[in-house]
Amino acid sequence: MDALDLARWQFGITTVYHFLFVPLTIGLGVFVAGLQTAWHRTGKEHYLRLTKFFGKLFLINFAMGVVTGIVQEFQFGMNWSEYSIFVGDVFGAPLALEALLAFFLESTFIGLWIFGWDKLPKRVHLATIWIAVIGSNLSAYFILAANAWMKHPVGYEVVDGRARMTDLWAVLTNSTALAQVPHVIAGSFVVAGGFVLAVCGYNIMRERRAHPGETTPHGTHEAHGTRGTTSRALLPGGTGPARRDGAGIWRTPMRAALLMTAIAGALVAGTGDLSAKLLHEQQPMKLAAAEGLERDTAGAPFSPVPGVEVPMLLSFLATNDPNAVIQGTEDLQARFEKQFGPGDYRPNLPVVFWSFRVMIVFGLSTVGLSVLGLWLTRGRRRDPRPPREVPDWFARICLPALPLPPLAMIAGWLLSEVGRQPWTVQGELLTAASVSPGVSLTEVAVSLAVFTALYGALALAEVVLLVRYVKAGPEPTPVVPVPSPPSPRDSRDDDARLQPTLMY
Amino acid sequence: MELTTFWFAVIAFLWTGYFVLEGFDFGVGMLVPVLSRSEAERKQVLGTIGPVWDGNEVWLITAVGAMFAAFPAWYAGLLSEFYLPVMLVLVGLIVRGVGLEWRGKVQHSSDRAWCDTGVLVGSALPAFLWGAVFADLLRNSATAALAGGVFSLSLCLLHGAVFVALKTTGPVRARARRAALIAAVVAVPSAVVVLSGIPASGGSAAGQSGAVWVWACALTSVAALAAGVALTWRGRDGWAFAATASSIVLASAALFGALWPAPFPGLTVAEAASGPYTLGVLTWIGLIALPFVLGYQAWSYWVFRKRLTAGAS
Repeated sequence: MDALDLARWQFGITTVYHFLFVPLTIGLGVFVAGLQTAWHRTGKEHYLRLTKFFGKLFLINFAMGVVTGIVQEFQFGMNWSEYSIFVGDVFGAPLALEALLAFFLESTFIGLWIFGWDKLPKRVHLATIWIAVIGSNLSAYFILAANAWMKHPVGYEVVDGRARMTDLWAVLTNSTALAQVPHVIAGSFVVAGGFVLAVCGYNIMRERRAHPGETTPHGTHEAHGTRGTTSRALLPGGTGPARRDGAGIWRTPMRAALLMTAIAGALVAGTGDLSAKLLHEQQPMKLAAAEGLERDTAGAPFSPVPGVEVPMLLSFLATNDPNAVIQGTEDLQARFEKQFGPGDYRPNLPVVFWSFRVMIVFGLSTVGLSVLGLWLTRGRRRDPRPPREVPDWFARICLPALPLPPLAMIAGWLLSEVGRQPWTVQGELLTAASVSPGVSLTEVAVSLAVFTALYGALALAEVVLLVRYVKAGPEPTPVVPVPSPPSPRDSRDDDARLQPTLMY
Repeated sequence: MELTTFWFAVIAFLWTGYFVLEGFDFGVGMLVPVLSRSEAERKQVLGTIGPVWDGNEVWLITAVGAMFAAFPAWYAGLLSEFYLPVMLVLVGLIVRGVGLEWRGKVQHSSDRAWCDTGVLVGSALPAFLWGAVFADLLRNSATAALAGGVFSLSLCLLHGAVFVALKTTGPVRARARRAALIAAVVAVPSAVVVLSGIPASGGSAAGQSGAVWVWACALTSVAALAAGVALTWRGRDGWAFAATASSIVLASAALFGALWPAPFPGLTVAEAASGPYTLGVLTWIGLIALPFVLGYQAWSYWVFRKRLTAGAS
């Protein structure tokens, strides 16, 4: 074990951890902005309640994305100083642009959104969340452009052992980035969609358990005339017609999340296919490792699990030509040795192979779930009957499905980043040559231990906090802040129930 | 002006913005237990930085990002040389950010106490460490680092106290003024020691360190700090804040003046710089974007310009 190994572990841990929060921030931000827009346009109170409810979950998560992101920017210099010196000219540019054009926007306007509810005109306040959301997406773009350059370096030349940028536009419109950006951003919408589905499914089940009489078996509509319009609609939390199926205010966000997940899922699949085609040209080793293909093969088969093969599918997926030659890991290794000198140019093959499968299976199951949900709750056009209910079983499986999209996302990153090894910059700089020469094993070990422990504690705290807020549900009267009673018991309010508050 | 000179100035400007803006954030974070006697007052104190601290922190991220892009070797050298202090700064920024964001979302007073601890520790660590790191960079001695840390910590306390006095009413405002005067007891003498040491440091490459304008910046910085204390004494909160902010600007100017042209031992800006193409395109984008950034950040301060009263957070 040397500093290089620990620095790699540290990079992996801090980056994967950061990336648990970022996709949710990106997708949920747009979702919250959409809810607030719906409130703005319709004036319906339940949209405001939902905005504030999901807004709070969004902010709890946003905080983690922000603080873990700072580490990313610093650790290139701390652990990977040789890398930083080699690539700074090219790689630093999108990072600096991210800070200047995206982070300032995001963080300034998120502050205005959180604290500006009663200080800004309604329309301006709505604009602040949209601007913050644009900032998050822009930042994803810049960081992915920087990342794409490591996989497919363009727009540079090497002068005196350092990469020099020759074309910023080429760096920002790198084909790998253009395939990766929509893939990851759409993936973020799937992650957020899965999160909203879980929250809605959980709450639908809870409300039905609390008011069992209101739940009817799927599809029976005889009793509809009497339900919802009678006294039950006056129950606390009841908000109009959606209440008929015992789903409370959750049906609307659930449908929205289903739609978001299904559309984004299609985009993820499409851009993933595009990425595979680029791998064939730019990173054949990664493609071969993901497929477990050892030898160059014409008409290469696709193997979903070891032992099962669909003939010629891989060649077709990678090149649109079923007979094309796909390079294998062992033959590539021989060619790389000839080109770059002795060494092992294969990534960790099992990790790459299995993360690819986890990504596809978990990602597709989430999308399948959302398409199924849309079908089950589809509207009845030109039909006076109320829309179909959310079936119990569907609401129930939404919660256990929650980890699928984030796991797919992380598997995607492992595939992408582990598959790039042993290169930090494909064909230009080896990982082993990137590490900080002056940093000791002890220093890296200390920081790895500190960050791992800190991240673990924070993850626990975040989960507790999110669960508590989901259980508390939306506040009943968000428009008027409930003044907290002037309490002499300020120090012993531990047992106090969650009190309605404004966003802060 | 040469592009490398220009970019060194841009980075100095970004660090200066960070020191001025997060300087009072850090001070406020550390002063919460001193200035508040109740939950309502704690909210009042933290409310002064609530809407803006995140945007202030981006000055650091932009400064470091700009160093990465414009002077990769400086960026890499500084961060790997000061590995453990930088790690502690990051730990501080993490627990502080989470504490500030979650504080309003946790319900039990014990959880709030955790958040307050995070804010306190997370404000104190960077406030001390940035001073220590830059002092060590200039003079390369543990004593200098300690003095630099004490100076930057006390300066943040003073600057933060003055900011709270400017942004609040009632008993908190009175306590903030008192806290500012107490912080001045350490801040002013350590400013004399540390700031007079900057131009005399010899610098890492002995370039500008003895220059007249560096001396002038250092001395005016001390004077501005003293003026800030006097103005606080007289109850002129706004002018006092302007004075402490100017003191930080001048101290930072002296620091970067002394660092020019070799911001890192054995490394001149010319050696550390990226190619002219990178610097050129970044200059254009920066010149176009920066006015907007400054504009909307100023606007956000304008939106939250009112003084805060306890209980109406």
